[in-house]
Amino acid sequence: MFGLDKKDTSLLMIVAVLTMFAPFILNPFPTDSGLAQFNAGYPDLMQRFVIFGIFAIGFNILFGLTGYLSFGHAAFLGIGSYSAVWMFKLLSMNIIPAIILSVIVSGLFAVVIGYVSLRRSGIYFSILTLAFAQMCYNMAYSVLGNPASSYNLTNGETGLQLLLDDPRVLGVSATADGSIPVTNLFGLEMRGSETIEMGAWSFSFSAGYYVSAIIMLLSFYIAIRVFRSPFGMMLRAVKCNQNRMNFTGLSTRPYTLAAFVISGMYAGLAGGLMACMDPLAGAERMQWTASGEVVLMTILGGAGTLIGPVLGAGAIKYMENIFSKINDTVLHGWFSFLPDGLEDFVVFVIHPFVGKGWHLTLGLVFMAVVIFLPGGLVEGGQRIMNLIKRRKKSDDDAAETQPAAE
Amino acid sequence: MGILEVKGVGKRFGGLQALGDVNLSVQENTCHAIIGPNGAGKSTLLNCLIGKLIPDTGSVMFDGQSVLGRKPFEINQMGISRVFQTPEIFGDLSVLENMMIPIFAARDGAFELNAFSSVSSQKDVIERAEKVLEEMNMADKRHMNAASMSRGDKRRLEIGMCLSQEPRLLLLDEPTAGMARADTNNTIDLLKEIKEERDITIAIIEHDMHVVFSLADRITVLAQGTPLVEDTPEKIKGHPKVREAYLGESA
Amino acid sequence: MDAILLQILNGLDKGSAYALIALGLTLIFGTLGVVNFAHGALFMIGAFCAVTLSKILTISKEVVDPTKTDFLGNPLKVKVPYIESWFGESFGGAIIDWSVPLAILFAIPIMLFVGYAMERGLIKHFYKRPHADQILVTFGLAIVLQEVVKYFYGANPIPTPAPEAFKGSFDFGAMLGFEANAIIYPYWRMVYFLFAGVIIAGVFAFLQFTTFGMVVRAGMADRETVGLLGINIDRRFTIMFGLAAAVAGLAGVMYTPINSPNYHMGMDFLVLSFVVVVVGGMGSLPGAVAAGFLLGILEAFASMNWIKDIIPGIDQIIIYLVAIVILLTRPRGLMGRKGVMED
Repeated sequence: MFGLDKKDTSLLMIVAVLTMFAPFILNPFPTDSGLAQFNAGYPDLMQRFVIFGIFAIGFNILFGLTGYLSFGHAAFLGIGSYSAVWMFKLLSMNIIPAIILSVIVSGLFAVVIGYVSLRRSGIYFSILTLAFAQMCYNMAYSVLGNPASSYNLTNGETGLQLLLDDPRVLGVSATADGSIPVTNLFGLEMRGSETIEMGAWSFSFSAGYYVSAIIMLLSFYIAIRVFRSPFGMMLRAVKCNQNRMNFTGLSTRPYTLAAFVISGMYAGLAGGLMACMDPLAGAERMQWTASGEVVLMTILGGAGTLIGPVLGAGAIKYMENIFSKINDTVLHGWFSFLPDGLEDFVVFVIHPFVGKGWHLTLGLVFMAVVIFLPGGLVEGGQRIMNLIKRRKKSDDDAAETQPAAE
Repeated sequence: MGILEVKGVGKRFGGLQALGDVNLSVQENTCHAIIGPNGAGKSTLLNCLIGKLIPDTGSVMFDGQSVLGRKPFEINQMGISRVFQTPEIFGDLSVLENMMIPIFAARDGAFELNAFSSVSSQKDVIERAEKVLEEMNMADKRHMNAASMSRGDKRRLEIGMCLSQEPRLLLLDEPTAGMARADTNNTIDLLKEIKEERDITIAIIEHDMHVVFSLADRITVLAQGTPLVEDTPEKIKGHPKVREAYLGESA
Repeated sequence: MDAILLQILNGLDKGSAYALIALGLTLIFGTLGVVNFAHGALFMIGAFCAVTLSKILTISKEVVDPTKTDFLGNPLKVKVPYIESWFGESFGGAIIDWSVPLAILFAIPIMLFVGYAMERGLIKHFYKRPHADQILVTFGLAIVLQEVVKYFYGANPIPTPAPEAFKGSFDFGAMLGFEANAIIYPYWRMVYFLFAGVIIAGVFAFLQFTTFGMVVRAGMADRETVGLLGINIDRRFTIMFGLAAAVAGLAGVMYTPINSPNYHMGMDFLVLSFVVVVVGGMGSLPGAVAAGFLLGILEAFASMNWIKDIIPGIDQIIIYLVAIVILLTRPRGLMGRKGVMED
């Protein structure tokens, strides 16, 4: 179906079903129960799942296939956001033109940055992309963000926001009641949501989430096609052996540049979508720690696999939200069954890793993955599957281990 | 007039004259070997032939066109395929995929943004790749990971990848270096077979006499950056200058 | 003339920090072949050694001061650091005042140990893995170290002053025969520059004149051959890592009076230090030092107002621009050896 083989079709279908029913799946605990804090089914977080999913899927096309480790992809995310907000300011609050512009602008930046950076490989490439991204960040923060200057494109520290006196040629500057109009898709408001109460459970369905989710599915579908195409095969060949490629009559640079631009456009799309959900863009979105975050997502999920980046993005955003919400009161609640002294001790030990300290957990998890599980969650899953298979096989007295495909 | 004409090629690295005044003519559909002791300038000459080095003097013409200053992929497109000392293949890809890449390159050129059609729909390429694998007696290994094969099989695959593009000149750089005896013999047999069955010119740079004498139609002996003699294998074997410069030393 | 000199001086303090961090990065890359993204964190840990020492020295007890009373007439309690009560007010006070320079002694063993533990515990296992993996694991480590420091010291910058004697500025221009008040320069920046000079000279002398240094230099040139000579190069490289960590740490200790340390200062410096290493030439120690000062000074020049009027924002991006141009035109950097990571 859709030009995919059976395995890929079922993968796409599984992801589609999971994203469509995410509001249910991510809210398994009743609203009043003690475990409700582990629910992730609220619109804001779900939107972040799929948007960062898009970001990571795109990053994976570059890093997973060609092996070029970019440390500057957040620049494209930021550029996408700024472009989208400008579209809301100047044209209309419809998200379609905003998204189109953010993809185009970030694609253009990717052509320039990629053209220069890809002249080098290895760590030089990483450092070049890092330098470019820091340049973008610094400029967004200072020169291009000085409200006093005539070319204030980013509004610096405050971030680019919508104002009541923005022109919005095809829309209105302000609504009838004098407030800033909201982002919409032909009238469907992005922040609109429906909440359904079912017994003790409550599920919310947000228009913004479903729009993002559908775009994510589309991006995922395109990524599958790219992975399975001759182009994708060439990218994997680039990762393996550039020398052989050259002596086979292939020019590697256009291939890597195409991959770089595609992944830059994915990042721009993600940035644009972020602005669609919340029309505001700040320079911190471009900082190199943000670039590091998408690297983390891709590696954690499994670089070079189709589903890995989506899993990684989900895992990290879930951890960020849930872990950072756990505080001492919550911990004391969990461990109240322990004797007093022990309870305090356990809480004391766990405390640095949760709440504000969740980055520490993130760093540790990341190190553990790079050290022990370079293939990420996907490889972990495969290992477990293989273990089960082997158990079964050894029962059948056939000890054959299969090299698992993704 | 040979298919590959090397005229007056010289290359100097600082104080070292790596190549003196090399003249070489490789005739079409023959196997021409270049031998010489270590440091004779074999690798430098090879690097000049494939555009990696640009000689200080002289010219290298392939089929009437200069190869100097061209990028590797352009040289390949002119009809020169290269086999490396250590087999250069795509280790993480399957054998079949390895074979498909040169066929794609021959069909689509140096770059083709073919990002939306699936590999499995490229029937013509797959068919052709399967056929070459068949010829190489590797059809049963098609789904193997290329990196997991033996060195001899990797060499076989690499040669197959080159042949799939139907090059006019096959350049081999010590194709049996570091191989076990059995693998060496297999490789020699394979090359003999190729030579007999195809219209192809082979230029081979080799250290191993056994390989050279069982394959070559003509041999150029290189010593200290200049060709010493060029002749048929029989004559070379008995040539006093060669014995002195090369065989004597290597014994 | 004096304007140019002023900008050169202004670039020296940052340039010194860049040079010291880049020196350590290069030592590690040159000897171990590892790209260490956690090196900035070592700089930061050094800075927090100074913070810690000054906190330890000012641990106080409450004493009733009989000469003072609060507004209700009760005797007033004042905090007196133990150091002052032990060594007397003047000597104890001097120790506290000099806590930043004293922290050098305190930081050396700590940094050596941190470096040693890092190399033996983690980096060792990554020698044979691809550079991308090294970048990733050290990046993870940098996050962890940074978060640990944040946990103990909070997210806000902690002011750590220089000794009283070095506070304020002096008229450097007048000393050199320029007009009075043309070049006013803070004392501590001069101290920092001299300190950096001493450390750099020390490292070079160590590598040049000791057998240990000779082996390490040989190892940087050709690791395998040295290994074949039966010299235990790995153990020396471990010590080298400790040394690089100590250099970064000391750079951090002395930097605290210039900028109050916070937990992410390491990351801020790291990105620029990498750029410095690349500009200087991967694996070249003199290159790292030269490029560090050069870029620091270049940054100072780019911050001049009349230059900023011509090209707005140039001060923010000059270093990156230089790096990009260098990488494209001369990939081995200013002083890099041919063939080292040139692709």
